[in-house]
Amino acid sequence: MMPDRVRVRAMMPPGHVRTPAYLRGKTGIIERPLGRFGNPEELAYGRRDDTRELYRVRFTMAEVWGDAAERPTDTIDAEIFAHWLVPAKD
Amino acid sequence: MPHDHPGHSHDGLSPSGHPYRPDNDQPLTYWQTMEIALRELLIERGETTAEEIARQIDAMDARSPANGAAVVARAWTDPAFKQRLLDDAGAASREMGFDIGPMRLIAVENTQQIHNVIVCTLCSCYPRNLLGLPPDWYKSRAYRSRTVKEPRKVLKEFGLDLPDEVTVRVHDSTADMRYIVLPRRPDGAEHLDEDGLARLVTRDSMIGTGLPRRPE
Repeated sequence: MMPDRVRVRAMMPPGHVRTPAYLRGKTGIIERPLGRFGNPEELAYGRRDDTRELYRVRFTMAEVWGDAAERPTDTIDAEIFAHWLVPAKD
Repeated sequence: MPHDHPGHSHDGLSPSGHPYRPDNDQPLTYWQTMEIALRELLIERGETTAEEIARQIDAMDARSPANGAAVVARAWTDPAFKQRLLDDAGAASREMGFDIGPMRLIAVENTQQIHNVIVCTLCSCYPRNLLGLPPDWYKSRAYRSRTVKEPRKVLKEFGLDLPDEVTVRVHDSTADMRYIVLPRRPDGAEHLDEDGLARLVTRDSMIGTGLPRRPE
């Protein structure tokens, strides 16, 4: 069960990764669960049976861009696979 | 091969003062060759036919923002449909007869307090089945990188100056979802029927870089 507040893992593995680099290491809230989808990191090599939970995660501009944020409370939503998310410590 | 025609030249500028576009005479790239080889093999082995491929290209080209506009106009006139659209945009679009394929669609609603805008920072994910082919700028590095960083500046360049009290929500299509913005119904459109309303709905208003036209 994914907690409401999550942090995107800050790893930089090679391969067909669909987690945008600008969101790695950032904390957001789960906007909604989306169900299970093929893991793109495996699909890229023709392996279709690895499915993972996918979530829409909402980040504030302040969290993503810090002081450079245009307006701190505007948001970015992105789809992130469960294996990229860890519970966020407050 | 240089040659002359009476009356016009292939060099220099066109009569309207623009440079002529050069013919694409360069050799095929690796991936172009690969695509042709794969296509010919599939046809040779009877998996598909040239006619079937041409039909599919035709079907892709036939999709246009008019499909999305019809969905938006239905949502503006039918509250129960709007709720179904927000719950499951794919199912609601299929209900109107639009073949949206296996893709998963999420509709995000603009309100007085919230303005949504769609981008795909990683590539060019776009709700093609409802909006047709994406505009070139949607695939540009400038749009993809700037929209997540300074959406208000980007929207201002599109002519959309949002008041400070409106929250901007950027949606980055990073995986299996596709997005369509459900814009706000413009004021003064009470006299229009569903078809009339659909004509107010622009492509950009469903990407979030514009607003619907105002009724005349």
